[in-house]
Amino acid sequence: MIRLARYLKYFKKQVVIGPAFKLGEAVFELIVPLVMARIIDVGIRNQDTGYILRMGGLMVALGLMGLCFALICQYSAAKASQGVGTMLRDDLFRHLNQLSHGELDKIGTNSMITRVTNDVNQIQLAVAMLIRLVVRAPFLVVGAIIMSMMLDLKLSLIFLAVAPLVALVLYAVMSRSIPFYRVRQKRLDRISLITRENLSGVRVVRAFAKQQKEEERFEEANQELTDLVVRVGKLSAVLNPATFLIMNTAILLIIYFGGYRVLDGAMTQGEVYAMVNYMTQISLALVVVANLVVIFTKASASAARINEIFDIRPGMKEGELQPGQIRPVPGAPRIEFDHVSFAYPGGEKDSSKDALSDAVFSVRPGETLGIIGGTGSGKTTLVNLIPRFYEATKGQVLVDGIPVQDYSFKALRRQIGIVPQKAVLFYGTIRDNLRWGNEDAPQEVLEWAAKTAQAQDFIRQQNKGYDTLVLQGAKNFSGGQKQRLTIARALAAQPKILILDDSSSALDYATDARLRQALKDECRDMTVVIVSQRTSSIRHADQILVLDDGKIVGKGTHEELLKDCKEYREICESQESSGEEVK
Amino acid sequence: MGLNDSKSTSSEVMGRLLSLTKPYRRYWIMAVASALIGVGMSLLIPVLIGDAINYVVGPGDVDFAAILPVLAWMGAAILVSSLFQWLMTYCTNKLSFYSIRDLRLQAFGKLQKVPLKYIDSNSHGDLIQAMVDDVDRISDGLLQGFTQLFTGVVTILGTLLFMLSINVTIALVVVVLTPLSFFVASFISRRTYSKFKEQSAIRGELTGFVEEMLGNQKVVKTFCYEDRAVEKFSAMNEQLNQVGVMAQFYSSLTNPCTRFVNGVVYAAVGIIGAVSAVRGNLNVGQLNSFLIYANQYTKPFNEISGVITELQAALAAARRVFSVIDQETEPSDYGLAEQVRCDGTVDIENVAFSYVPERPLIENLNLNIRAGERVAVVGPTGCGKTTIINLLMRFYDVDRGAIRLNGVDVREMKRKTLRSMYGMVLQETWLFRGTVRDNIKYGREDATEEEMVAAAKAAYAHNFIKRLPEGYETMITEDGGNLSAGQKQLLCIARVMLTRPPMLILDEATSNIDTLTEIRVQKAFEKLMEGRTSFVVAHRLSTIQESDCILVMDAGHIIEQGTHEELLAKGGFYADLYQSQFAVSR
Repeated sequence: MIRLARYLKYFKKQVVIGPAFKLGEAVFELIVPLVMARIIDVGIRNQDTGYILRMGGLMVALGLMGLCFALICQYSAAKASQGVGTMLRDDLFRHLNQLSHGELDKIGTNSMITRVTNDVNQIQLAVAMLIRLVVRAPFLVVGAIIMSMMLDLKLSLIFLAVAPLVALVLYAVMSRSIPFYRVRQKRLDRISLITRENLSGVRVVRAFAKQQKEEERFEEANQELTDLVVRVGKLSAVLNPATFLIMNTAILLIIYFGGYRVLDGAMTQGEVYAMVNYMTQISLALVVVANLVVIFTKASASAARINEIFDIRPGMKEGELQPGQIRPVPGAPRIEFDHVSFAYPGGEKDSSKDALSDAVFSVRPGETLGIIGGTGSGKTTLVNLIPRFYEATKGQVLVDGIPVQDYSFKALRRQIGIVPQKAVLFYGTIRDNLRWGNEDAPQEVLEWAAKTAQAQDFIRQQNKGYDTLVLQGAKNFSGGQKQRLTIARALAAQPKILILDDSSSALDYATDARLRQALKDECRDMTVVIVSQRTSSIRHADQILVLDDGKIVGKGTHEELLKDCKEYREICESQESSGEEVK
Repeated sequence: MGLNDSKSTSSEVMGRLLSLTKPYRRYWIMAVASALIGVGMSLLIPVLIGDAINYVVGPGDVDFAAILPVLAWMGAAILVSSLFQWLMTYCTNKLSFYSIRDLRLQAFGKLQKVPLKYIDSNSHGDLIQAMVDDVDRISDGLLQGFTQLFTGVVTILGTLLFMLSINVTIALVVVVLTPLSFFVASFISRRTYSKFKEQSAIRGELTGFVEEMLGNQKVVKTFCYEDRAVEKFSAMNEQLNQVGVMAQFYSSLTNPCTRFVNGVVYAAVGIIGAVSAVRGNLNVGQLNSFLIYANQYTKPFNEISGVITELQAALAAARRVFSVIDQETEPSDYGLAEQVRCDGTVDIENVAFSYVPERPLIENLNLNIRAGERVAVVGPTGCGKTTIINLLMRFYDVDRGAIRLNGVDVREMKRKTLRSMYGMVLQETWLFRGTVRDNIKYGREDATEEEMVAAAKAAYAHNFIKRLPEGYETMITEDGGNLSAGQKQLLCIARVMLTRPPMLILDEATSNIDTLTEIRVQKAFEKLMEGRTSFVVAHRLSTIQESDCILVMDAGHIIEQGTHEELLAKGGFYADLYQSQFAVSR
């Protein structure tokens, strides 16, 4: 958590002013019992109504000043905590955007999102509490003890005994109950897992008439949770009565021994009362301290999770070549893989476990490359190396004869249009979405792209055309429409290389065929890479790569491969024999 | 139908929540009694403190003979009060945790009995939230909040009584002044409400943006969108900062302001009390008691304003949970036939069905299937092929007409009986968290090990299961993440193999299965269908061509029906579909 403290230096003013004014307020609060003691000892004893009124006025004035001080502190706290949160979020988001695919895979999407939202909120809360309470609560405890010492040193021994005792009780209960909350979360997760399984599998459960059994499974998980919370409940139920017992016993002792001190003339009646009052203040402040401990435990866990992200340094270094500085090597193929191998980080060191091993091929400008193979054969891995989403572990990937490492990310990726497996669109209008690759793309280009991607018709049918809003998750479009929009988006940037990663699966057959024809007609200069599991999608490609378990086992045209490549023939036969798909 | 459409009033919801606690009435009674005793005793303490201090007048004037019994009483009050405070928390904990457990179980039980329509038409995320978070919120907010409210009210009333018994004037002053803090708090909270609303709107927007951009980082990178994303994020973030500072500041006003009001009350009691003391209407001890009461009296007011927001959130949560519990269950099949002979003859007569009355879907469907025949359902994605499955399995009831097995209307037999006649393998495979063995045996738990392995072998699953780290003992993680799509499907087939149903419902997977597994799945399907009446949602020509009857669906309607040859000859939708395929792939 200390590492994140650097953000506080941008809010020096607030960090100083906030606690300072809060202290001021606490001082006023500590003075009040003294004033009351004076009223009892001087005002009442001397029957001096004027004095009582003056002192009473002083108390109200102290309260009013306390209010003003508190407001200043609260404002500083709001400013600093929200500010720190904002800066932290900004930096975190920026940092995440710099990481490469390999690093992002390691963190996981959900985890990234909770870190940017929940964890930052926890830190924000901790900063606010730091300014508002961290100084105040201990100060009130210490202050009350000091005040009691000033009133009567001997009697204040009770305070010195009580404060640690209460702290001990708080610690004993909390250190035991906090770990329970993690277990509790796990049991809750189990409840939600069973619920989710039963919702998504409702048809199967009912088909097998397993409702009774599922209810029993749920009941068991539910009982486990209940048992746990009852146990924690028993433990934390002790907290309040125990502190109540300690504090009031202390008050009892104060009165008893205070009686002797008054008898000796060492104390006055009002001062005994003030002592009682300080004891109450301490008990309240200690409860606040306990809450602070909880807040800071949570915050430090969040801080650790945030720092984990900051600790991941972008592993890939960008090249120097900016857009506009690219001088393609004359006569070089558009894409070239020179003995390229790749293994996912964290995988086994054994080179037989490479996701891609020793790939050699090249594609000339304007050619179409087809890549076929089963799931896990390395197709997507291979295409991900072209825009340098991952770094080849061995060998060299070249675009236009230049190693991809020499390009800046922008220079490299602006040349490449990718249509991912999963059709993802973003909140915004259709036009916004199509302009993702090129912000300044004119309307004609967008229309050309949409038309080529077979999306023109349904875009026109929307009542706002290109200004139609795409909702989050593109819920308002069908799977096929989404897919065509993602293809149009890639085309609108007019890339030199177009990669279609198994991206026509949601299209019905006729549309798929029209799309392939349009690509052929409209994008003559574009180098197209088509990844697929179906022979029909790639059989017309200029060159086909057959991948199996990360290795290129066949390379050539459809006819050549049918003749020479056993694996390709098997794939073709299996798809013929089981019949092509009718969609 | 939705989770938030409940129209019951707050008091109705409260009433129902209270009735949930009925089985735990003894905890209720004990909690209330303990609260009364615990709070009452704790209220007695200031009086005793005041009494004791009264005897501590000054040097040489301390009456220990009088103090000691008072202190003894005080010690007793402290002990009794802490004991009963503990008992109260203990009882309310048990009360709330047990009633919450029952509520959750009730809601889950209901989910097992509602018509599928309810589960299909509500977001699963919402339902899970109702089962997990909402029920939790009820536990936190309502039942715990309720006890806080109760002790708060007892404290206020008790303090009032004690104060009135000491001095009516000062008591009235306190009564008039204290609710001020309540008003101040609600005044501020009304002001902050709009800021909070603004803040949560921006926060929602920001979270949505983060989810989109981080969730799809690969696409973002593909289009070099990172810089633009960061820019947009910063702008939104700054906006959140501005609103956030104000929202936080306003909301943090409550505490100092109410504290100020408390301070004023304290000072007022001090002044008036002291003046009364000067006039001889009050002694110093009583003044002390009063001052302690003044502090105690205002505290519950502050707490109550916090409790009320929590209560409201809990009530809203309870409403959602009750809306699940209030769903109508499927009509009871008590007394319907349990034993029905089935040879696989299915007759569909004049069936009409629609999910929404305004949009008719299936009209006048007639189909007579003899034992062992194969029916293929064909059509583009999203054309409503699963509707047929829904009707056959009676997940939904037909609107008109009837479906008969061996001449018996499916509505005249128990659902369990009907459903056990079908073996079903869906495209979206369903496995639960448990071992491979548990998952295969799901349909027949009493199956022997040999039978189970035989089923796995028949489904071509045995080999890959053997290669799993722990074979049949391997735990399947959530959503079967450690298995490929094809392997999951093989397990589901094995599950059906084990139950040996007379009829089948199969949903062929569209894609994303590697070729080798694909062939195995295909073979397993073929083996499964041997001699069984089968309904297949088909994507493969071979399956379709070999079917005895093909149903062609489009946009939810059955538009054509017949054998492969008949449909080709007809030259309609199916012929088009077939031709477009045939033309390109040959």
